[in-house]
Amino acid sequence: MNFYVELFVSILLVTGAGFVLIGSVGLIRLPDFYTRLHAPTKATTLGMGCLLIASMVLISFTKGAPSVHELLITLFLFITAPVTAHMLAKTALHYELGFTEKTKGKELAEKARERVSPADDA
Amino acid sequence: MKSLASRLLPMPMHSVLLLVSWLILNNSVSPGHIVLGAFLAFTIPLLVSGLHTPQPGIRRYGLAVRYALMVMYDIVVANIEVALKIVGPLKNLQPALIAVPMDITNDLLLTVLASTISLTPGTVSAELSEDRKWLYVHVLNLEDEEALIRQIKQRYEKKLREMFEC
Repeated sequence: MNFYVELFVSILLVTGAGFVLIGSVGLIRLPDFYTRLHAPTKATTLGMGCLLIASMVLISFTKGAPSVHELLITLFLFITAPVTAHMLAKTALHYELGFTEKTKGKELAEKARERVSPADDA
Repeated sequence: MKSLASRLLPMPMHSVLLLVSWLILNNSVSPGHIVLGAFLAFTIPLLVSGLHTPQPGIRRYGLAVRYALMVMYDIVVANIEVALKIVGPLKNLQPALIAVPMDITNDLLLTVLASTISLTPGTVSAELSEDRKWLYVHVLNLEDEEALIRQIKQRYEKKLREMFEC
């Protein structure tokens, strides 16, 4: 196989793995549930993207025919990831999980839980 | 009375999508897979068309493609930003919960908008008010609330409305 293809794939793999690792580090380091939600759902989109492109390039070159499964994985990932994140955030709000001290707009959590507009007194 | 074509192919776009994803899934355009894919693309819509709720269709495909590319670009840029924030000092982080006023009330558009917000790193849509006028968004690092709300409305919501023309 071409050296430059290997180089390209390796760079993508290392970058992708790096982003996924950072996502996991964020899971440990960040202070509360809501901020932790950002790390794995986000830093991993780019990480997964890099890994999938690497897979596409590598398989296409070794098999000699284009490999496009990965596009479907990307599509399903992009459809499901935000829904999961939304459901997790919503569940956290309804379980009344606490925010870290300095979070702005903590008083909005009550309104969000009741699903009313922020100006409502109820 | 519905025309024969619309009874046989109740959801033409879905049929095309099913055929294309079947071929991508099998990574092949061999005649056998095309026949099998066409069979699935024909029967599945017939079986599920009763569950289908009408949604506004995309009116301007050029804008839709541009929107998708823009969101992808935003995801890449924002991913790098979030990654840097995670490894950097955490005491500079300013998490926040904000309420974003919504102008759109349609199910599909709201879903696409909320998903876009969740996909672009640093923001997760958490809850929608019952009257669909406010979207509660959790932000990892809030710098300027006004600017963020303006960005969501200008960059995403406005384009979505143009795309679907409603």
